[in-house]
Amino acid sequence: MTMDVAQLQRKLREHQAAMFQQGFLDDQFSQLQKLQDESTPDFVIEVITMFFDDSENLLKNMARCLEQVPADFKQIDAHAHQYKGSSASIGAARVKNVCATFRAFCEAKNQEGCMRCLSQLQQEYSLLKNALQYLFSLQQQIKAAGGSIPTQ
Amino acid sequence: MESCNCIDPQVPADDLLMKYQYISDFFIALAYFSIPLELIYFVKKSAVFPYRWVLVQFGAFIVLCGATHLINLWTFRIHSRTVAVVMTTAKVLTAVVSCATALMLVHIIPDLLSVKTRELFLKNKAAELDREMGLIRTQEETGRHVRMLTHEIRSTLDRHTILKTTLVELGRTLALEECALWMPTRTGLELQLSYTLRQQNPVGYTVPIHLPVINQVFSSNRAVKISPNCPVARLRPYAGKYMPGAVVAVRVPLLHLSNFQIYDWPEVSTRSYALMVLMLPSDSARQWHVHELELVEVVADQVAVALSHAAILEESMRARDQLIEQNVALDLARREAETAIRARNDFLAVMNHEMRTPMHAVIALSSLLQETDLTAEQRLMVETILKSSNLLATLINDVLDLSRLEDGSLQLEAATFNLHSLFREVLNLIKPVASVKKLSLTSHVASDLPMYAIGDEKRLMQTILNVVGNAVKFSKEGCISITAFVAKPESFRDARIPDFLPVPSDNHFYLRVQVKDSGSGINPQDIPKLFTKFAQNQSLTRNPAGSGLGLAICRRFVNLMEGHIWVESEGIGKGCTVTFIVKLGIPDRSNEFKLPFVPKVPGNHGSTNFAGLKVLVMDDNGVSRTVTKGLLMHLGCDVTTASSSEECLRVVSLEHEVVFMDVCTGLDGYELAVRIHEKFTKHQDRPLIVALTGNTKKVTKENCMRVGMDGLILKPVSVDKMRGVLSELLERRVLFESV
Repeated sequence: MTMDVAQLQRKLREHQAAMFQQGFLDDQFSQLQKLQDESTPDFVIEVITMFFDDSENLLKNMARCLEQVPADFKQIDAHAHQYKGSSASIGAARVKNVCATFRAFCEAKNQEGCMRCLSQLQQEYSLLKNALQYLFSLQQQIKAAGGSIPTQ
Repeated sequence: MESCNCIDPQVPADDLLMKYQYISDFFIALAYFSIPLELIYFVKKSAVFPYRWVLVQFGAFIVLCGATHLINLWTFRIHSRTVAVVMTTAKVLTAVVSCATALMLVHIIPDLLSVKTRELFLKNKAAELDREMGLIRTQEETGRHVRMLTHEIRSTLDRHTILKTTLVELGRTLALEECALWMPTRTGLELQLSYTLRQQNPVGYTVPIHLPVINQVFSSNRAVKISPNCPVARLRPYAGKYMPGAVVAVRVPLLHLSNFQIYDWPEVSTRSYALMVLMLPSDSARQWHVHELELVEVVADQVAVALSHAAILEESMRARDQLIEQNVALDLARREAETAIRARNDFLAVMNHEMRTPMHAVIALSSLLQETDLTAEQRLMVETILKSSNLLATLINDVLDLSRLEDGSLQLEAATFNLHSLFREVLNLIKPVASVKKLSLTSHVASDLPMYAIGDEKRLMQTILNVVGNAVKFSKEGCISITAFVAKPESFRDARIPDFLPVPSDNHFYLRVQVKDSGSGINPQDIPKLFTKFAQNQSLTRNPAGSGLGLAICRRFVNLMEGHIWVESEGIGKGCTVTFIVKLGIPDRSNEFKLPFVPKVPGNHGSTNFAGLKVLVMDDNGVSRTVTKGLLMHLGCDVTTASSSEECLRVVSLEHEVVFMDVCTGLDGYELAVRIHEKFTKHQDRPLIVALTGNTKKVTKENCMRVGMDGLILKPVSVDKMRGVLSELLERRVLFESV
């Protein structure tokens, strides 16, 4: 039991460090973790879940707007702006950066650039979602094993 | 004669007269014939003689004249016709040659006179050359004497020997009866008899230097004839019976003594002369010759040169002795410096071996311990040990690199770092120590301080830790406050740093950190000693424990960061405030706006509680809204949220003290602010309005200020940042009420 908990804790720390090192997360995510206390024990998961829902809706809407002829660049820009705000709030740095590039192409009404950014955005979101879900999975396992979740 | 009718008694008288004429004509002819012979003889003797043809002509004239007289011998008796013809021919030829010779002499006499003139010229020239030869011989004799005297005078560099030799050699060369040298006294007002040639013991004779005869001699660079009866010449009674010998005197230039520090030489401020007096023997007809006077003058000059050389040599010897002493002192100093260097190297070796190596072990083991299963409290302790050990290792490295600090070769390692996190780490490291001593520790980081900065994070943290650590160490009770904010230009006009007036720009700013404690305090006179390394002055009232190295390194680091550090204390028992300012860069991606209100230096806001503060958050982004709400609830606020402008306007009430609204979407935010202002007619009743934006454009800030917002925050927002913002906003409300 002790070895399992220690191994899980080490895995969690390594995984989280890797996410920071590879740029998926930035300091804002640490701020988010600091807000979690006894009164709000699941604050991080709640915010991240909300982010996932928002992301999928926004990506779907942006794809639909791009498929229109002609494309509604103004609406797409609004969606990209919204997505940029969400990703910044949770510390998803790579997603936020792609949103910024996306908005530049929208302003320039560059259909090809927008298509490329949307594809990249979907890929970045998918990578981030998998990593965060693995993070939460490790946390759940540590809790189930009776250990304490280490902080950053 | 038988046929002539002459009287017979007259015949004897005529015969006598006729005999006389015979004899005279004969001698005339003889003389006439001998003159040419004489001329020919002398002309042959002479190698050069012009006008030979004239000589022939003159000879012919002479010979013809003689012939006429010879022929007269036959004209006294009755002569035949043949004799008459010969006589006539001779006389005609004589006439012709005589006239020709007379004409020719008119032509050549001037030339002969010129020859005479040249002869006279040559005679004069020969006489002149003879005089010049005499002069040359005289000068050669004089030169020989001068060379001999010079050799003797300059064969030594002893002044006494120089002067005695001069007198002896002059006496010998010029066959003098006496020679004396008068030297100026120390006062420069008298001349003293210093050296004589024959008189054995000159007894302190002195004469006033202003005597007319002395002035006469000193005002000329020639040898001057003086009276044998003047004071400088009357050295003793006359040895002779009839009359004293002729006397001359000459000045001997002495050195400009202020140029040489010769202590045993009479010191005078201006140039001066010695007087040399020379006497010819008594009862002799001798007089001073010109070449003898010249000899005396040359010798006087040579004596002056020799004395100069002697003085220079004495000065050189003295300088050599001084250099020897200095070399001895320098050698001693060098050996002492080498000893000091060896001592320092030994110290650094001990530091490296005895301190750094164990510190590395502590760090390594702490890292390993961190990987084990620990409780949250234990983990915090281990992390604190690890960070403190790392900082201590850094300090040891700095001690080992102290020489680099001192010679200025240590370079800061600039990088982008989180400035707010840095202060949190400082607090986390210091809190355990402060809590053990039951000290209250508060920290306030101004909200307008950039989140990220460019600089040497490690050394900035070390500086802050050193300052705060000192405050904790020297405080037995009370509180310690740490305040950090952007230094404003007016704060640089502090009297303590009159030369420190840097100006912030778009690329950099100045961080001001102030650490205040209520500890034992310091005597103001002792404050300057605080920054001296390794100086533990026992008179300081603070505990003498510690190396005294921290503040010295702090000052060097602060100076390297283009800043300044100083200490203030009102005295013993009245606490101490350490303030420093450093220059930091502003990274582009964290270029935050300064809030429109001017932040003041607050009190202890580290423990400010916002419990019950009613805040309304308007953000159409669900994720951002949730995060902002969580942040405010973490600070104890009572939070209401709205997802649109209409909802916000509907929900906002008098109870809300602060409204946070997102202004990223078009003009909705600005319109909402205007309408909130319209809704609350009384100024003091309306809530404070703060914009939340991710937009770093300057126009956003201007728009917020134009519509009457009270603040602007750049997203994302951290807990510390929000805490600072709320503190400032609430204080500003108080200002509004006082207005």
